[in-house]
Amino acid sequence: MSMKKLTQKMEFKPFVVLLVIIFLCGIISGGDFFKITIVDGHFYGRLIDILRNGSRYAILAVGMTMALGTGGTDISVGSIMAISGAIACSIVDERILQALGGNVFLAVLLALLAGAVCGAWNGFMVAKLKVQPMVATMILLTAGRGIAQLIADGKIVTITNDAYYSISGGYFLGLPVPAFIALIVIVLFLILTRSTAFGMQVEAIGVNQASARLAGIKVERNLWIIYILCGITAALAGIIESAGIKGADCNNCGLMIELDGILAVAIGGTALSGGRFSIISSVIGALIVQTISTTIYAFGVAPELTRVAKAVIVIIVCLIQSKPFMDRVKSLMPKTAKVEAQEVHA
Amino acid sequence: MRKSFLAMTMVATLSLGLFTGCGSAPQEGASTEAQEQTAAVVVEKAEEPVATAAKPANEKLVVGFAQIGQESGWRDGETNDIQWYAAQHTDTIDLVFADAQQKQENQIKAIRNFIDMGVDVIAFPPVVETGWEAVLTECKEAGIPVILVDRGVDQSCADLYATQISSDMVWEGQQAADIVGDLLGGKGKVVELEGTVGASAANGRKEGFDGELKSKYPDIEIVASQTGDFTRALGKEVMESFLKSYDDIDAVFAHNDDMALGAIEAIKEAGKKPGVDIKVVGCDGVKGAFEAMVAGEMNGTVECNPCLAGQIFDAAAKLKAGESVDKWIVSNDGVFTQKDAEAELPNRTY
Repeated sequence: MSMKKLTQKMEFKPFVVLLVIIFLCGIISGGDFFKITIVDGHFYGRLIDILRNGSRYAILAVGMTMALGTGGTDISVGSIMAISGAIACSIVDERILQALGGNVFLAVLLALLAGAVCGAWNGFMVAKLKVQPMVATMILLTAGRGIAQLIADGKIVTITNDAYYSISGGYFLGLPVPAFIALIVIVLFLILTRSTAFGMQVEAIGVNQASARLAGIKVERNLWIIYILCGITAALAGIIESAGIKGADCNNCGLMIELDGILAVAIGGTALSGGRFSIISSVIGALIVQTISTTIYAFGVAPELTRVAKAVIVIIVCLIQSKPFMDRVKSLMPKTAKVEAQEVHA
Repeated sequence: MRKSFLAMTMVATLSLGLFTGCGSAPQEGASTEAQEQTAAVVVEKAEEPVATAAKPANEKLVVGFAQIGQESGWRDGETNDIQWYAAQHTDTIDLVFADAQQKQENQIKAIRNFIDMGVDVIAFPPVVETGWEAVLTECKEAGIPVILVDRGVDQSCADLYATQISSDMVWEGQQAADIVGDLLGGKGKVVELEGTVGASAANGRKEGFDGELKSKYPDIEIVASQTGDFTRALGKEVMESFLKSYDDIDAVFAHNDDMALGAIEAIKEAGKKPGVDIKVVGCDGVKGAFEAMVAGEMNGTVECNPCLAGQIFDAAAKLKAGESVDKWIVSNDGVFTQKDAEAELPNRTY
């Protein structure tokens, strides 16, 4: 593949941004950022943290990419996370469905199923009733957390089950388990969207729903499937989050995470208006979002400034992604000193 | 179509919430059934205030309590305690209880109902700090004293309420500093997990903790401090980062127990023993913290007591009798360490 082809790929820019952020962190921290040691037989370091904590964003972003690809959105993912966490933890803790005996596998399965049901509800609203996606999913955004509270009886369900904890805290080949879960999800979705016609249909719906329908694409059915998939990925992220803290925190689990999810997809370069999408780009976007948080903690930014710092980094990332802005920078390049242009880059 | 669907869903969720509100049982065990019944009756009363108002010369102390709603285990603990206390003293206390479903306008509505009913004293935890001037003025004009419970209101309303019963967050921070100082023998490195930026609990606890360490334990250094937004997940994530920045942390102080519980997981992942290699101290005194202390993974917590019923009704009785009470009544908070944890665990209701 020629260099030009490579740079034109959708994944190129986000990937470069991610590398730049990580390398800048490494340089500023004097290499500490890259330090990876082995603790208790597994790798341990900031990059591993990014991998583990970023996995839930990545999984979320995969589902979100599909919804955004159709020109829709799903802002209920945070609440679905809370619901799935509440269900899984309540079952493992034998607060509900005692007949299952706290079986972790069944708990996870039912939590995923709950995510699918929530997604189906969203799909019903969007595909059948033609409610605008933002409004349709807003219902679960507000009501979902209430449902989670009901399941958990308004309390934080604390569990001690090691098998459930290993979903987030476990290691396989020395690397965190969530990274492998994310990898499986990514591969499955890549197969679904790139080896079948499904991906193209999603893009077609995103570009123009009416013409997609005229072209014989089953728009309704596809929208259902997409929102169900989005619900399942959100549920999976919720399971990982609740496993990591050994409990279901219905008030805070996934709070405002829909915005991080959308940000991840947007940084990845998928237009929120729908159309061309790239799952890999979104996953890179998710890792960028996580890296920003990890960076802010690593450099000990004052608590009052963390949000501002995050915003500044996001603005810079978006500027690098912006074609008009970069064109402008390039047009300035020959006239002004090179140093100045580099400052704009940084 | 859209609107009706939205409305239907919301009504469904709200009513579900209301039902659980009535049914949530206190965890004391004994006399649970009786309590539940009282609770249900009381809530009904609040919804139809005119019919059941205790208007005629009533010797009993009639207190209207407008609870915020169900927002946390802590809040449930407070509700249960108030209803339990009233149920224990039915011959002297008449409690009119309302649930505001987390909304200020509902709280205001409930308070206006209380005024119409002519209760002796109104008590409520203001869901937000501002916007109370009008309704508190109405209370004052009706001659009904107001007790603010566990939260405060804007300073401009300072002369519109009789007293405020709440915890002293600065004191809690100081107590936590003393626990940490004791555990470390007055020397070491501490990291701090702060609450939500700007929250009064976070500000007070930080002020108390940092101040006490500086003045009493000058050899203990706070090497890092970052907000964990009072949540377990962020408490864990921030602690993970602290552990990588500093490999000689001796103790962590979290502004609430949930962040402390998150930090415990992070410490374990770093291959260290929480409670031993790194001491863990929190605030609030939630059940999970006591379980962690019994397991030896946490070292102490400073309680933020939700059981305020005794103080509320004492103050209310004094106000009814025309006696003066302090403008700020500090709630009875306890300090617990590992050695008290096992004995105290069964008493934890939240």
